[in-house]
Amino acid sequence: MRYNVTVMDKNISLYKTMLLIRRFEERVLSEFSAGKLVGTTHVYIGQEADAAGIFSVIGSEDLIFSNHRGHGHFLAYGGDPYRLAAELMGKATGLVGGRGGSQHIQWRNFYSNGIQGGITPVATGMALAEKIHKSGKIALAFIGDGTLGEGALYESLNIAALWKLPILFVLEDNHYAQTTPVEKGVSGSMSARFEAFGIRVWERDTTDVLEIQFATSESIHSVHSLIEPAGLILHTHRFSAHSKGDDLRSSEELARIRQFDPLLIHGARLSTPESIKIESEVSAIINDAFKRAEADPYPELKQETQ
Amino acid sequence: MTTVLECLNGALDAAMESDPSIYLLGEDILDPYGGAFKVTRGLSEKFPDRVLTTPISEAAIVGIASGMAMRGLRPVVEIMFGDFITLCADQLVNHTSKFRWMYNDQVRVPIVVRSPMGGRRGYGPTHSQSLEKMFMGVPGLKVVAPNTLGDPAKLLTAAIADNDPVLFIEHKMLYNRSLQTPGVGDLIDFQLGGSGGYYPCQVLRSGANPQATIACYGYNFELVRAAAIELLIEHEIFTEIIIFSQLSPFNLEFLFQSLLKTRNLLTVEEGTSSMGWGAEIIARVAENMVGIKAKRIAALDLPIATSKNLEENILPSSKDIVNAAISLVT
Repeated sequence: MRYNVTVMDKNISLYKTMLLIRRFEERVLSEFSAGKLVGTTHVYIGQEADAAGIFSVIGSEDLIFSNHRGHGHFLAYGGDPYRLAAELMGKATGLVGGRGGSQHIQWRNFYSNGIQGGITPVATGMALAEKIHKSGKIALAFIGDGTLGEGALYESLNIAALWKLPILFVLEDNHYAQTTPVEKGVSGSMSARFEAFGIRVWERDTTDVLEIQFATSESIHSVHSLIEPAGLILHTHRFSAHSKGDDLRSSEELARIRQFDPLLIHGARLSTPESIKIESEVSAIINDAFKRAEADPYPELKQETQ
Repeated sequence: MTTVLECLNGALDAAMESDPSIYLLGEDILDPYGGAFKVTRGLSEKFPDRVLTTPISEAAIVGIASGMAMRGLRPVVEIMFGDFITLCADQLVNHTSKFRWMYNDQVRVPIVVRSPMGGRRGYGPTHSQSLEKMFMGVPGLKVVAPNTLGDPAKLLTAAIADNDPVLFIEHKMLYNRSLQTPGVGDLIDFQLGGSGGYYPCQVLRSGANPQATIACYGYNFELVRAAAIELLIEHEIFTEIIIFSQLSPFNLEFLFQSLLKTRNLLTVEEGTSSMGWGAEIIARVAENMVGIKAKRIAALDLPIATSKNLEENILPSSKDIVNAAISLVT
């Protein structure tokens, strides 16, 4: 590839997004260990290239329906790390005032919910609405290998294909549904699940953000130009536990998948001074976000309106 | 006389005529079939782009409607038989009804899920149930049911105009029933009171000094009305009937007022007796009033049989209501 200034700027931007997610999630885990966060969380460490690549090419007004592992999606969407940190801490200034927490957030056209599969018909309905409005916006629904066990997903694929709805189903296969390996949870072919409904599918086994960016561009172009659904299957690796203390994988396996670290792969395209500068910028953003969030007040329970 | 079916069909027609953001989704709702119970008949011919027939995918239909509602549309979903509402349970409980509060009131989900419930047509265990109690008490979800005394058209119009999700329960036996008018016909001896509002709670009394209060909704008002007439004419027992159109969450103001006079409460519903609507009403009465005698009339805790004889024995009857009222007041 012949690099010019613009390409380098884009590379820096992608790296910064990935590093922001990585450092945010590491901070989340350390805050949990320190007892400053309660409840549960599902971090995105290892999968950062998916979010960075995808959100670098989708439209700013497109609709996102994310899942339980949504921090990376939100940050790559352009969401404020401070508002997310406040939400995780249950603060009044959180994205949804502390009502939702890690897996139930909403900001602009970004939505998430912690029910596997259940989000897919909702995202499909959003795509239908945008098609009716002729807005040119598309919907993205984020699912995982574990979601392939849920019936609502197949109802959604069927209807999205029948009604030619502008929606991209992004399947992030991190090889594990909580502790259950994909071999024990998913029969047959992932791509054939989409193809059976006549849905065009792009499948990549990579943690290189540039490859993911390219595959996303192609799949999104298909959604826009044909006004029909598409599938994007990204095989990836989750370096951390499913949530916090539920990782049964061997140290050998964890060491092996670390070679696919998207920060190392893409970091090689940057100069050392650039990497250091980004590291320092990201560090300041994360520190500021968590510090401000920690100082914020907790919400009061308001009387509901009927 | 106008039937409940005509009211509901007319309300959908008028709503779609006046608001282009209203869409209908459901199974087999296109003309000429017009839906299993014909509530949507004529609408797909009149509004071909806004009546969407779906695959047999109840969860997806409700989820899609919720997504449409969050993006500026007002979908009305038909679930062909109320028994199939269990297939939408995740959507209704974890998505549709939660979004507004969970997202800190940043979104609204104006959808109506209409569904025919109830037995007495010999449809058997999976096509005859009254499952609405499973969705009562779900935060963020209103459960509403029309009856022949209120105006079903106004009720459905209000549900469609509601900015929050409404589960709209239509008892199958109501569709061909005509609307009632107090002071004439069957109701010649009854006066009407109660509330106005979008989802009214109506009070029908058969005398100045009622001895029993009967709480009911939907089709069971038909049974209660017959029982109240029999109680009045055959037994000289005056009753006050409280007819709810909003089942959950509910306002018991009129019920409490009535009980101050009668001290006797009978609740009537077609769902199974245990953990039901009546149980919740009686619990609220016990928390707020002293010395009220109460009884529940409901279906036996059994699946609903197909055989007419068995079905009649499993579901409540007017005779059950008469007997329970007599035992309460004597």
